Amino acid sequence: MLEIKCPYCGKRSQNEFSYGGDATVKRPTLGEEISTEDWDNFVYFRDNPRGKHTELWHHVSGCRQWFKASRDTATHEIFDTCKMNEAFNE
Amino acid sequence: MQKYSVFSLVKNAFTNHQDWEVAWKDPEPKKEYDVIIIGGGGHGLATAYYLAKEHGITNVAILEKGWIGGGNVGRNTTILRSNYMFDSNAHFYEFGMKLWETLSQELNYNVMYSPRGIINLAHSDAQMNAYARRGNSMRLNGIDAILLGRDEIKQMIPFADFSETCRFPIHGGLMQPRGGTARHDAVAWGYARQADSMGVDIIQNCEVTGFDVNNGKIEGVQTSRGSIKTKKVGLCVAGSTTLLADMLNMRLPIEAHVLQACVSEPVKPLLHQVVTFGAGHFYCSQSDKGEMVMGGDLDGYNSYAQRGNMPMIQHVLTGGLAVFPNFSRLKMLRTWGGIMDMSMDGSPIIDKTHIDGVYLNCGWCYGGFKATPCSGWVFAHTIAQDKVHELNSDFNLERFHTGKIIDEKGVGPKPWIG
Repeated sequence: MLEIKCPYCGKRSQNEFSYGGDATVKRPTLGEEISTEDWDNFVYFRDNPRGKHTELWHHVSGCRQWFKASRDTATHEIFDTCKMNEAFNE
Repeated sequence: MQKYSVFSLVKNAFTNHQDWEVAWKDPEPKKEYDVIIIGGGGHGLATAYYLAKEHGITNVAILEKGWIGGGNVGRNTTILRSNYMFDSNAHFYEFGMKLWETLSQELNYNVMYSPRGIINLAHSDAQMNAYARRGNSMRLNGIDAILLGRDEIKQMIPFADFSETCRFPIHGGLMQPRGGTARHDAVAWGYARQADSMGVDIIQNCEVTGFDVNNGKIEGVQTSRGSIKTKKVGLCVAGSTTLLADMLNMRLPIEAHVLQACVSEPVKPLLHQVVTFGAGHFYCSQSDKGEMVMGGDLDGYNSYAQRGNMPMIQHVLTGGLAVFPNFSRLKMLRTWGGIMDMSMDGSPIIDKTHIDGVYLNCGWCYGGFKATPCSGWVFAHTIAQDKVHELNSDFNLERFHTGKIIDEKGVGPKPWIG
């Protein structure tokens, strides 16, 4: 069982959260001219690192806030979590 | 090579089974090979076997970081099926089903192919309609499919919850009678033994640490046991594909996720088919030892750890108990996890790459085991002929740019959902 620290509510068990995927994926700016290749990269292609991974989680059965987590994909250790508009304390 | 038969069994009984030949050798890596296959799992071993058998290419090495069959071919739930609706999938997996049917004879190794039938349960009228449509598509592609009503299902699995008040009543189901199971380890060992006998070097404890690429052409690989020259490299490392692709500056539409499975204590014969629950993600079959082999959803977050967490086991088994309430008294024997190459449309990638002589076989999601023979067969063709076969032409990397994705499941590029 993962213990995830919601930046709003504190430590809670994994059951209260749902996953939102890679947080480094950036949607191309709206209205800007963009190549189809950039769109494809945004939609389908991922870095998929073994090790530190920045990702989104949703405290869906709690405060319902989205936030970011820095987690090791090889050990499942969670290094840090922070609000969407903040940076990790590392 | 020593042929396995009842006579060799009797003969070796007289010498207390001390004189059996080794099933495959343990060679030192040579300086150069015509083809190097990275990954000694089912797909890698099958590829090497078909390279030797179908294309006469025997100067082949399989490089395996750990031991052969230690990855996903030893961690799956052994299910075989070709019950797909889309043509690309149907043709490919049905070709594989035909290979499964004669695999034990072909490999002279009992892979315990058991066409016990796979039943997908339906729990609503809408789901029955969807299964009727899928079944019709399958039959048009020459695949066996039967739409079963509630009463027919009840005869097959009378211990499922057929009460009137249950949350997900069983309306019927779609069955592929030729679907079933096979002994996963035997598949790896059978391919390894035959490949070895035709001259393929199976090199274990040999990790690939780099690639020698010159002018867009592969020239060799760096390994923990020295550098090896080659003109062609096939990647069969589903689960770790990105780690090797990074060394080749190749970004892929893949995420690594952990998928768990579990088995119960052994019980007397009860479940004679493979059954999937249609209102949640749970499937089950009974092994020859009597254990209930069960699986379901991904844990749901990117992971390279070959182990998962309890919440998903609980979630999957909750679904299981909804359909088989009598399983609540089974004790769990063990759980384990494996790393899935989750591709962004749920279908595999078997293709050439931007580097001349590097071939890619990855993105198997949850479905790699049943594909072992056909994956090896088409990948061997792709490597030997330097062009994709008709059967894997749709499983290209280009589809993520052209938009011709094969999204049988239709969940979008979010592998942890669904």
